[in-house]
Amino acid sequence: MVGIIGYGVYIPRYRIKTTDIAEVWGDFSGSIGKGLGVFEKSVPGPDEDVATISVEAARNAVKRAQIDPRDIEAVYVGSESHPYAVKPTGTMVAEAIGCTHDMTCADLEFACKAGTAGIQMCMGLVKSKMIKIGLAIGSDTAQGRPGDALEYSAAAGGAAYLIGSKNPLATIEETVSFTTDTPDFWRREGEDYPSHGARFTGEPAYFRHVEAGAKSLLKKTKTTIDDYDYFVFHSPNGKFPVAMGAQLGVPKEKLEDSLVVRQIGNTYSGSAMMALARVLDLAKPGSKIFVVAYGSGAGSDAFSITVEDAIEERRGEVPTVDDYVERKTYVDYATYAKFRRKIKALG
Amino acid sequence: MSNDVAIAGVGISKFGELWDKNLRDITLEAGMYAIFDAGVPGADIDGMVIGNMSAGRFTGQEHLGALAVDMGGLGNIPAYSVEAACASGGAAIRQAYMAIKSGEHDVMLVLGSEKMSDVNQTEAMNTISVASDWEWEGMFGATFPALYAFMARRHMMEYGTTEEQLALPTVKNHANAVHNEIAQFQRAVPIEVVMKSGLLADPLRILHSAPITDGAAGLVICRADLVKKYTDTPIYIESSEQRSDTLALHDRKSITTLDAVVSSTKAALHEAGLELKDIDVLELHDSFSIGEIIITEDVGIAKKGEGGKALEEGITEIGGKFPVNTSGGLKARGHPVGATGVAQIVELCLQLRGEADKRQVDGAEKALAVNIGGTGATSIVHVLGR
Amino acid sequence: MAEQGVAQVWRRIRAMYRIEGNICETCNTYYFPPRPVCPTCRRKGKLELYTFKGLGKIYTFSIVRQAPEDFKRQIPYVIAQVELDEGTRLTAQIVNVDPEDVKIGMRVRSCFRKIKEFGSGGIIVYGYKFEPVMKVTGHE
Repeated sequence: MVGIIGYGVYIPRYRIKTTDIAEVWGDFSGSIGKGLGVFEKSVPGPDEDVATISVEAARNAVKRAQIDPRDIEAVYVGSESHPYAVKPTGTMVAEAIGCTHDMTCADLEFACKAGTAGIQMCMGLVKSKMIKIGLAIGSDTAQGRPGDALEYSAAAGGAAYLIGSKNPLATIEETVSFTTDTPDFWRREGEDYPSHGARFTGEPAYFRHVEAGAKSLLKKTKTTIDDYDYFVFHSPNGKFPVAMGAQLGVPKEKLEDSLVVRQIGNTYSGSAMMALARVLDLAKPGSKIFVVAYGSGAGSDAFSITVEDAIEERRGEVPTVDDYVERKTYVDYATYAKFRRKIKALG
Repeated sequence: MSNDVAIAGVGISKFGELWDKNLRDITLEAGMYAIFDAGVPGADIDGMVIGNMSAGRFTGQEHLGALAVDMGGLGNIPAYSVEAACASGGAAIRQAYMAIKSGEHDVMLVLGSEKMSDVNQTEAMNTISVASDWEWEGMFGATFPALYAFMARRHMMEYGTTEEQLALPTVKNHANAVHNEIAQFQRAVPIEVVMKSGLLADPLRILHSAPITDGAAGLVICRADLVKKYTDTPIYIESSEQRSDTLALHDRKSITTLDAVVSSTKAALHEAGLELKDIDVLELHDSFSIGEIIITEDVGIAKKGEGGKALEEGITEIGGKFPVNTSGGLKARGHPVGATGVAQIVELCLQLRGEADKRQVDGAEKALAVNIGGTGATSIVHVLGR
Repeated sequence: MAEQGVAQVWRRIRAMYRIEGNICETCNTYYFPPRPVCPTCRRKGKLELYTFKGLGKIYTFSIVRQAPEDFKRQIPYVIAQVELDEGTRLTAQIVNVDPEDVKIGMRVRSCFRKIKEFGSGGIIVYGYKFEPVMKVTGHE
């Protein structure tokens, strides 16, 4: 049975409070955090990028899985902020974690669901016995246009998942996807910041696709909402996943553990995978997890996951999502702008 | 002891940011001054060596041996440049010394020259830092000051050297340079100013560090049995020794002792048949003030760890037991990298000839210079005598 | 026109990404970066590849406040000599710590970071930096 044989995350050390950002743009009401459901977000240091975040997350995953990295035969990194437009982040990650040269690799892009697309690809390769172990990473150092609503939530972080069939910590019973051509959020080649359709990103985009993916998964697995113990929905902010849960009839407590977005913001390709990691840090063997990741453009990937006994043996060796969330140092807007290269003259 | 090689004449250009002079100008100047000072006819010179660290990166020009001979109109004599980072000048002297001692040459012109201000400060800093292990130190963000800061911090931890002591070489050297008309800085600097100057790399500050300088120096060196033909005040090179150490500071056993300095100094004194107490005046390589403190210990003026104390007690002042850097050293005279080693010898010759004016050490008969490269991977020591 | 630094950087990738050096089995000395010849044993040396564990302590350090273009954005940053558990020392930046808190003897572990880039269009050089051991490095 194919499943997750190891996972790991990485969140950079720096944080900026959403109220600090709001004040720069003239909003002194202090209410932005409550409105968005995001109180602070993670900021990458000047020497961090998707490659460095992916390597740290991957090293954690390998440690948790207790495998020899030479057995990894596929590496996929999904992101919308790859360091190179041409030269796959996956190649740097593979070299850094100690893979052999006998492996396949590629970079992926599908807004916030590039990482989960990578998980699906690994599942296919493992199930078809083409490879034994695959590594799928969702990692981003997302940027928001200064002064734009997205600036409050665009954050940095990554999650890495090792997919295999031997002794998984959690099995993935089923995965389905729902894909359309929907222009809710995009970035043209060469542009520094993305553009989006404001309120159009809600109903016709996020909600439509997550709901469709969820319903499709329930149908395929012949289950209902009540059969699951935990729910993970892609979290662009702290409001959307809660609203989605309400729409589907998900009890609030079953969603709580995945809402790490409140403290670190939206890590884009890392978002759903990071939220899932937090649930995996806590869930007891036998629990069932319902995951729907969403990527603008648009599409959703849904997974039905069951936690196995093996997960308990591997706890404690590798830092948890909360360990990273709690490790923080605040920066002000000026430092944040310097780190994020929003000051053009610095190059 | 070698009495085979002597210095017939010395020459030195002004040291500083020389905007209206290029590399050729300053090189030619120093060479000509040395030749005039020696009173040697150009036709007698049968070879030339020039010490230079990085003319290629600073000015775009390489092949300096040919350039200098051409500029000086010295005919078709053999010439080439030698490089040993900040010890390039000392290395050039050593080449000429060995060439003459071996009998291959009779009269040689030794030059040291560097033109650093044709590139911006950042470029200059980058270029200087290739004296360290560029791939494994420089590239990771260890600037040249940071490497010396490593040494300073360990020295403070291991021996209790204080921030005040760290400032003393600068105070002394600036005070000395007030009387040196070619020095880049000819103003005294009070210790409070040194201690408050901007930080380069904790704990080293701007005023602990030698500046970026343009300048050149030259010597006419010849067989000892010929020197009286040219001058009544010959100075003899009584020994020339050089030792190496690991390129990267992190590969050294200890970073508060420069092993290459210890061994090259021992060898040079031994070769000259002298002990340290016989030396009357010294030039010690002070690219950073901690460098002077450590080298003061490594040549034996002070016990290991007590270099700062020696400065406090005035032992290395002009009136002290072992005057160090009467010229102002690299800090105040300036540090055009390839020229420094030769400039040190120019100063010591002036001292031994009694021509050092208000900087004169009375009755100086023997002198010693330590010229190092990078963080001490090369150390070249010369002992001179009247 | 060949982009600068490409081959030079590429040759060092294994060493820089994973702190892979070598050990001389004749005299049992660890070397980083890997050496072609053991300086102690020379001809008698037998060098084998070795990947360092990445743990060590700070031997000395400095806080750089004036730096060339490549590192300007990171000022002030901590640069240090780290003594790895195997005995070898190397030079690296210390990150994830406030400069005031760095001390000689502090226990650190390696992490993967950007070292520099050859301009906005050139290649990015990745390599090792070190951070204090803490919960998120998997140590208590």
